[in-house]
Amino acid sequence: MSEKKREPLFHISKRGETPWYFAWIVRIVAIILALLVCSVISVVMTEKNPFEIYNYMYKGAFGRADKTLVTFRDVAMLLCISLAVTPAFKMKFWNIGGEGQALMGCLASAACMILLKDTLPSWLLIVVMLISSIVAGAIWGGIPALFKAKWNTNETLFTLMMNYVATQLVAFFCIMWESPKGSGKIPVINQRTRIGWLPELFGEKYVFGILVVLVICILMYFYLNYSKHGYEISVVGESQRTAQYVGIKVEKVIIRTMLLSGAVCGIAGFLLVSGNDHTLTTTLVDGRGFTAVMVSWLAKFNPFFMILTSLLLVFLTRGASEISKKMQLNEAFPEILTGIILFFIIGCEFFIAYKINFRKRTVKEETLNA
Amino acid sequence: MHNAYFDALGAVTAFLTFLVTFIPRAVVQGIPLLFGSTGEILTEKSGNLNLGIPGIMYVGGICGVIGSFFYEQSLVDPAAMNGLLAVLIPIACCLLGSLLMGLIYCFLTVTLRANQNVTGLAMTTFGVGVGNFFGGSLIKLTDSEVPSIALSRTSEFFHRPIFGKAVTENWFGQIFLSYGFMVYLAIIVALVTAFVLKRTRTGLHLRAVGENPNTADAASINVTRYKYVATCIGSMIAGLGGLYYVMDYASGVWSNNAFGDRGWLAIALVIFTIWRSNVGVLSSVLFGGLYILHLYLPIGRYPAVKELYKMLPYVVTIIVLCITSLRKKREDQPPQSLGLPYFREER
Repeated sequence: MSEKKREPLFHISKRGETPWYFAWIVRIVAIILALLVCSVISVVMTEKNPFEIYNYMYKGAFGRADKTLVTFRDVAMLLCISLAVTPAFKMKFWNIGGEGQALMGCLASAACMILLKDTLPSWLLIVVMLISSIVAGAIWGGIPALFKAKWNTNETLFTLMMNYVATQLVAFFCIMWESPKGSGKIPVINQRTRIGWLPELFGEKYVFGILVVLVICILMYFYLNYSKHGYEISVVGESQRTAQYVGIKVEKVIIRTMLLSGAVCGIAGFLLVSGNDHTLTTTLVDGRGFTAVMVSWLAKFNPFFMILTSLLLVFLTRGASEISKKMQLNEAFPEILTGIILFFIIGCEFFIAYKINFRKRTVKEETLNA
Repeated sequence: MHNAYFDALGAVTAFLTFLVTFIPRAVVQGIPLLFGSTGEILTEKSGNLNLGIPGIMYVGGICGVIGSFFYEQSLVDPAAMNGLLAVLIPIACCLLGSLLMGLIYCFLTVTLRANQNVTGLAMTTFGVGVGNFFGGSLIKLTDSEVPSIALSRTSEFFHRPIFGKAVTENWFGQIFLSYGFMVYLAIIVALVTAFVLKRTRTGLHLRAVGENPNTADAASINVTRYKYVATCIGSMIAGLGGLYYVMDYASGVWSNNAFGDRGWLAIALVIFTIWRSNVGVLSSVLFGGLYILHLYLPIGRYPAVKELYKMLPYVVTIIVLCITSLRKKREDQPPQSLGLPYFREER
């Protein structure tokens, strides 16, 4: 035993400048590792060879034209909510209430469709639906923001609770407007007249919604990176004190950004009701408000990368549900695979930001080991 | 005059009888929340905001189910079931499963310094998936008609009132003594956690880590170890909530997604009790009561009002959250470094 305390096996230090492709290599390696782990699990569960499983996944997501369209529809919806929560995240405002804000948008749209179907022409109704969804989402996002700005109330927990208030509110109206009586469900609204339904583009459903989300994506990119508001958001996110010092009104920025965040969630709700499902249920948003948090964070808050990350997650979900259908596995299988892939991607960020320096072996140790 | 007196007396008696049946139901609803919130309080005191609690509770539940399922299957003569083993095997499996979940969370957030919100949400996706997947697979193994697994024999050992059936005859027994052992375990764990956090040196160090890890580190407290241990123990306690739900509350019947949103409600309870697990004992009963209150409240002409009553626990939590932030009392605030990763070389 030596008197001197030994140097630890490794120590961790922050990386300096790395070439731009370095981060992407690490991420791609992580995704490949994760896919390997997933395929090992799938092979154990199904006793098929892994290539067959990847083939099933691909077929599940892009196998036929209609499946591809649904995949892109799901990507668009996830992307829309991810874009919505991003400005808030950039401000370090942890809005995990995207679920509730989008659901309020759904509720407002469905309410307009049901209550105003006889009074307005379809195009005007769609405009009214859009506006009311935006307002509903913005209110739902604005309430926690107001409390955060004025009294520093914890926004993560507040927005989380608002989700369930929204869910119950929707459940209430589902029963109020149920048809037939006692079913507790709202059937497809205006099925015959199609009033308030988004029009088909190029003869296909969903295309209109996908294009809307693409436009939002581009606008959001420029808003975050090239506008005064976007600049203020990033300053507040880096340091509220600095923001105050340079004369940015922090309270105003917080409330304004969350109103925007909620409003875009509201648009997502509008697209879900008017473009996709034409009905109202409590599970319409389907956990996307939570998945959006991960999509946005994995893409490092860059709207264009979010297209990739949401595509990855939707591909996994749809692919894995195809596996579970074909192999008679449980329908919860996709969630496990998604979880594993997320763990890998979350973990790999560490290796992008930090470096592990191993202790240099001394001659004495090497002789000892030998 | 006389009649009015008797009417009032009748109303009071009716109300008391109602309470005697209502309180035990609120208690059994509240206990999973109490386990979950005690675990989360311990976790949050170390500065980790573990939003994976709902997933961990699912994992805890399903691991217990798997353990006792194979124990029940392995027995040749079901009548010869060993009570101690029937209880210990599920508990051990449950603790092991939730410990693994806690370790994943710690490895990602403490060692790899990942974002806690994102990691937690991923844990919830993963945990709920694991619960439903293995639940569904076991259901298929049993080839039963209904989509659930019934472990009624194991549940018998969990569900049996610990003080015997005789004491539950009168109102006192019914309210306080009529539960299985895990109810009392939950209360003991909550009280011990509160004591450790408030009155011991370990608790003081843990709170220091959660408030300001830099200072704690400077006082030669091992931040990483405290975070790991607190989060893992917290996960194990929360996992027990899932086990209690299946084995005692649901009488050993696992069906997918039955646990519902109780995990989030447990996180709500953490705020409601302002990070004090001893307050959680009574608050969890209150929350359990709020959770089932919609079964008792008048609904008038609209049955839909029931759905609005179900909002109550969340609305109450929001109100408490707002009031604590309005009052700005220092001892009522969340741990200061809650949600932030710690890296010594970053100042």
